[in-house]
Amino acid sequence: MTLPETSQMVAGRSRGARARGRAAIVARFLVVIVTTYLGLLAVTFFIGRVIPIDPVLAVLGDRAPAHVVERVREEMGLNLPLYQQFFRYLGDALQGNFGTSVLTTNPVMTDIRRVLPATFELATLGTLIGSLIGVPLGVLAAVKRGSLVDQAVRIVGLIGYSVPIFWLALLSLLLFYAQLRWVAFPGRIDVVYEYTFTPTTGLFLLDSLWQGQWDVFRDVFRHIILPASLLGYVSLAYISRMTRNFMLNELSQEYVVAARAKGLSETRIIWFHALRNAAVPLVTVIALSYASLLEGSVLTETVFAWPGIGLYITNSLQNADMNAVLGGTIVIGSIFIAINILSDILYRTLDPRTRAR
Amino acid sequence: MTAVPSAPLSRRDWLLSDRPQSRMQARLGRAYMTWRRFSANRLALLGLGILVVLILMAIFAGVLSPHSPVTGDLAGARLLPPGSPGYLLGTDEQGRDILSRLLHGSRLTLFVIILVAVIAAPIGLIVGAVAGYAGGWIDAVLMRITDIFLAFPKLVLALALVAALGPGIENAVLAIAVTSWPPYARIARAETMTVRNADYIAAVRLMGASPLRIVLLHVMPMCLSSLIVRITLDMAGVILTAAGLGFLGLGAQPPLPEWGAMIASGRRFILDQWWVATMPGIAILLVSLAFNLLGDGLRDALDPREAGQ
Amino acid sequence: MSPLLTVDDLRVSFPTRAGLVEAVRGVSFSLGRERLGIVGESGSGKSQTGRAIMGLTPPQARITAKTLSFDGIDLLEASPRERRELRGNRVAMILQDPKYSLNPVMTIGRQIVETLRTHRKISASEAKARAIAMLEAVQIRDAARVFDLHPHEVSGGMGQRAMIAMMLIAEPELLIADEPTSALDVTVQLEVLAILDRLVAERGMGLIFISHDLRLVSSFCDRVIVMYAGRIVEEIAAADLRNARHPYTQGLLSCMPEIGGDRHPLPVLDRKPEWAR
Repeated sequence: MTLPETSQMVAGRSRGARARGRAAIVARFLVVIVTTYLGLLAVTFFIGRVIPIDPVLAVLGDRAPAHVVERVREEMGLNLPLYQQFFRYLGDALQGNFGTSVLTTNPVMTDIRRVLPATFELATLGTLIGSLIGVPLGVLAAVKRGSLVDQAVRIVGLIGYSVPIFWLALLSLLLFYAQLRWVAFPGRIDVVYEYTFTPTTGLFLLDSLWQGQWDVFRDVFRHIILPASLLGYVSLAYISRMTRNFMLNELSQEYVVAARAKGLSETRIIWFHALRNAAVPLVTVIALSYASLLEGSVLTETVFAWPGIGLYITNSLQNADMNAVLGGTIVIGSIFIAINILSDILYRTLDPRTRAR
Repeated sequence: MTAVPSAPLSRRDWLLSDRPQSRMQARLGRAYMTWRRFSANRLALLGLGILVVLILMAIFAGVLSPHSPVTGDLAGARLLPPGSPGYLLGTDEQGRDILSRLLHGSRLTLFVIILVAVIAAPIGLIVGAVAGYAGGWIDAVLMRITDIFLAFPKLVLALALVAALGPGIENAVLAIAVTSWPPYARIARAETMTVRNADYIAAVRLMGASPLRIVLLHVMPMCLSSLIVRITLDMAGVILTAAGLGFLGLGAQPPLPEWGAMIASGRRFILDQWWVATMPGIAILLVSLAFNLLGDGLRDALDPREAGQ
Repeated sequence: MSPLLTVDDLRVSFPTRAGLVEAVRGVSFSLGRERLGIVGESGSGKSQTGRAIMGLTPPQARITAKTLSFDGIDLLEASPRERRELRGNRVAMILQDPKYSLNPVMTIGRQIVETLRTHRKISASEAKARAIAMLEAVQIRDAARVFDLHPHEVSGGMGQRAMIAMMLIAEPELLIADEPTSALDVTVQLEVLAILDRLVAERGMGLIFISHDLRLVSSFCDRVIVMYAGRIVEEIAAADLRNARHPYTQGLLSCMPEIGGDRHPLPVLDRKPEWAR
């Protein structure tokens, strides 16, 4: 009386339903992107045009001659009603036009394009360090729960959560640069190389490797390793803790018992079966940590004189260059939105259960 | 239950009674159980201890400080190392006693923490409880707004806000509060959704309570414990953000002894007079660590389900 | 012929804050190539007995026995590596609910192939062919397609067949089935049992069938062990079940409704502390 199950029983949903499901996902993503971006622009508009008593002065400073003030007022459309101003602002922002920086006299977008690769390189290396060390540490802490390793990982993590990064950066400069001479002076590259080295992508590590300039690579590495390690430490604190939680959850699942019953080695069960399942939520965690490093670079870059978007924003802040500050804010906000969406997509591809939904 | 039951009832038995005679007794009993779980966690107690010390420091800063926090001895006491006579933690470039500045700085730290909590928590609580209780399009709109704020870069947004409002500790507080309410709204909403359909809410509704009364008196209190845990954990981040703003010169203005600003001014002397920047950093680290430890302990005590995590 | 499995005075205990808790307290039996049912209520130690034989007891547990041997191999003396080489290869285990016991992010085919390639040195393509043949052996018609599906894409009954395929592909001599049908719909239970029944018979495996369902066990097994509070209270041939002497077994039996029987008053299962002694 055993009946082989028919293929309909396993077919799941039909192809049409699947396509509809996918369209719904795309539609939801679009709504999220559009509303979040609108929200971002509304908030920056509010900050830039509504809060200041005179936005022109906020942009130009109070020493600008009267005719310049008048011209800029005209250009910014400040004599229009507020909602029309917002639409103009929207249109400009969507075209990447954030006005001119008072400090550098360049269009803000031009400046940001120039400084963004430095931040991108730093945050990426930081996240790499954080995940490559943080994930194994978290796994180890979960497997040896309650052991000395677990306690150590917990303490390292707690301090990483609690330490003011700019302070840690100063102290590490004192130790590794001033005392031990292991790393280079703050900055991205030695002055010597600034004239002989022409970057192509703006990612100095890759560029110098690609061009085969080993001495430049060495120098760039000596500059980037300390700030990247610090950012890496902060993200390690977060990643290792979350990895531990996820792994503890996975290791208590029945499929782990089944894998043992199959005679698999613990190594394979932990690092393949359990970690592969923990990887699904971990992707979101790593993406979030990456986003927060992009942002956290504001403080780190200031200490390390790292010519990225963080330093650009703080320099502009100190010179009351509102166009540049808001432009930088919008760009970082846009990157945040993109990372959120990307991590959501990655989550879906990693988890077969959400793929068809 | 190892204690020999002393006649008629020890205080402990009264607290742990499974048949409390009054609401008061039940409440106290629950609080006692929570405290026992909490106090079993030594690190959490350490966190609580540090915060108590911080509060005492803030209250008695005037009495405890050996010197003025704002005016120093420019002629005779510039950049003295720690352990110098009369200057336990050394002095800064204006000859001010670092210990006195740290003591007074604790007031600014507490000021920031309390104000951010007082501003951000109610916003989040109200938004979340209303969204969760009302449901429908109100929920959809409120949560979309919350998610939008969640997707923003918090620190950068706070920077831009302070840049527009002008530097100063009040504006820093405002900027931090504006960027930190969304997680509270999410938590409050989730908790509200779980109690919304509970029978006791239905009973209150049948007795004719208005939605406002239900949300204020019956829904919001249920959200409090998870909210308190989250706020405690967040305070560590708030301290770091406030210090970061201070470090960038956007928080408390000189000569106020704000810890982040103290690090910024000590930065110039880091190579030769390391203590100027180091001392306030240790203070920030300790207080932030204390909030993390306390928050972890509270979570384990208030929510035993997650205790293992 | 020496028995396949010998268990003599097996004890499993867990250290807890309240002291040592004994889950299994002196269980003894031996098993040839036959079907043995272990019945008991939850907490009776039946599952822990099965897991102790597999070597899947949590690390903090303490296991002792006068003898615990499989085919002449002393399981208590064997190194973790030797025990691992037995598991899935010569001794296998089917768990309760395929929804949780199959890895959700791996395709069914890969999970079956994994068992085989852990224990046999064969090529990937040959392993795949044998896995598909195994899926067909558990009566999955569209085996090649199911091979590429993820566990959430199949029904519970099919998931449990995949589980059986995964555990039997290396052709073990002893199979421990721990409540293999309890999580399934009633209509599917019989199909899965029939498949299990046929495979056990065809391959001449020894089977330990762990269940709380005395009737199911008695219809399926040759011999039945009834456990209560970590001890064996009765061992009896399935055919003789009606003559069970122990009051607990009789209690379990009388709990089962019979058509036309008088159900008043409803029998209540007696639990006497002295049985546990």
